Amino acid sequence: MIPYAFHYHRPGTIAEAQALYRDAQEPSFLAGGQSLIPAMKQRLAHPTDRIDLLGLSELSFIALRGSAVVVGAGARHCEVAGSHATTGSLPALAALAESIGDPAVRHMGTLGGSLANSDPAADYSAAALGLGATIATTKRTIAADAFFVGLFQTALEPGEIITEVSFPVPTRAGYAKFRNPASGYAMVGVFVARTGTGVRVAVTGAGPQAFCVTAMEEALTRRFAADSLAAISIPPDNLNSDLHASAQYRAHLVGVMARRAVVEALRTDARALT
Amino acid sequence: MAVVEMTVNGEPVAADIEDRMLLVYFLRERLGLTGTHIGCDTSQCGACVVHVEGRAVKSCTVFARQVEGANVTTIEGVAQDGALHPVQEAFREHHALQCGFCTPGMIMTALDMIRRDRARNREMIRHELEGNFCRCTGYHNIVDAIEAAATRLAGTAA
Repeated sequence: MIPYAFHYHRPGTIAEAQALYRDAQEPSFLAGGQSLIPAMKQRLAHPTDRIDLLGLSELSFIALRGSAVVVGAGARHCEVAGSHATTGSLPALAALAESIGDPAVRHMGTLGGSLANSDPAADYSAAALGLGATIATTKRTIAADAFFVGLFQTALEPGEIITEVSFPVPTRAGYAKFRNPASGYAMVGVFVARTGTGVRVAVTGAGPQAFCVTAMEEALTRRFAADSLAAISIPPDNLNSDLHASAQYRAHLVGVMARRAVVEALRTDARALT
Repeated sequence: MAVVEMTVNGEPVAADIEDRMLLVYFLRERLGLTGTHIGCDTSQCGACVVHVEGRAVKSCTVFARQVEGANVTTIEGVAQDGALHPVQEAFREHHALQCGFCTPGMIMTALDMIRRDRARNREMIRHELEGNFCRCTGYHNIVDAIEAAATRLAGTAA
């Protein structure tokens, strides 16, 4: 399959990328392309110019800063999975990155690309929301709570580039997902994180965009154990329904995955990946 | 159209291509390296896996212009001086193929997982093969081959 013709650009700096964006007719960014290139091949996307952010070294870092793991938007999934900062301080995030796609996809796909795409089944959106991350861009900082606004829609404005994401280090965290057996995408994924101030429970794959479940957060804040969630069900209203799973089934899976994520979080917190 | 330059299997190459040309088409149609296969063309099957700077990628989901200046290795670059690579030899010994269509991608993925020390046991090998499909017979002999090659290569390195 051949995408529509476009002009390819590989800027060396963020400033150069922004200048290219300003000067192009209908520009768009490329940040790994593991979702976008398949969409372009199906001719679902046809920008005049593609500005490739993958080579920007200033976006490619992972560091522990104070009590947060800060990941550059250009960090590839394999790097998030294997970095000492994530495996040492936020193993749940490293394990989540290791569960995305397959090894070849993880060698190309980036954190910033995944967040900006906001696929309803993306894994990183659950981690960003579940950890209460802060997303820094070329214009501002955006709380994860305000970032995911709809199906493939984020708070990003045209030309705005994610630069880094700050994930506060929790005391406990776990991610569980129920994969579609054919595609491997999350039919439902739940990220649970416990911090000094409470518990967050974020769901991906179930709705148009990632969302938090307040009733579960309150129950787990009172007592952090899987059976605290036993009596909580979430309504299927507004959940995704397709040939893979009905909204009712997804609602059921949210409960199951949330309990598994709590069990995961309660396992030894410095769990090694291998 | 613009000229793209890269190194493929150790040889510098250059060609005038459209910006939208995918790496797999560049390798197959411009360079005649048809060992890299197009299976699903939707980044599922892994028949198109090549190495870019030593890392396995799906060449149907990368534009050729994105790897400008990079070192690319295809299945044609794996055997050295006419001798099969130990991973290729293990696939032959363990009969890890029937039709052979998936084999180039399987071998490129196997090399990548061994390089990253992610072929230490059968469970790990199966996890690493998530992005490579064999539609003939299943994965049993492929896992056997990769396990044997990883063991042999670890012995060589020690």
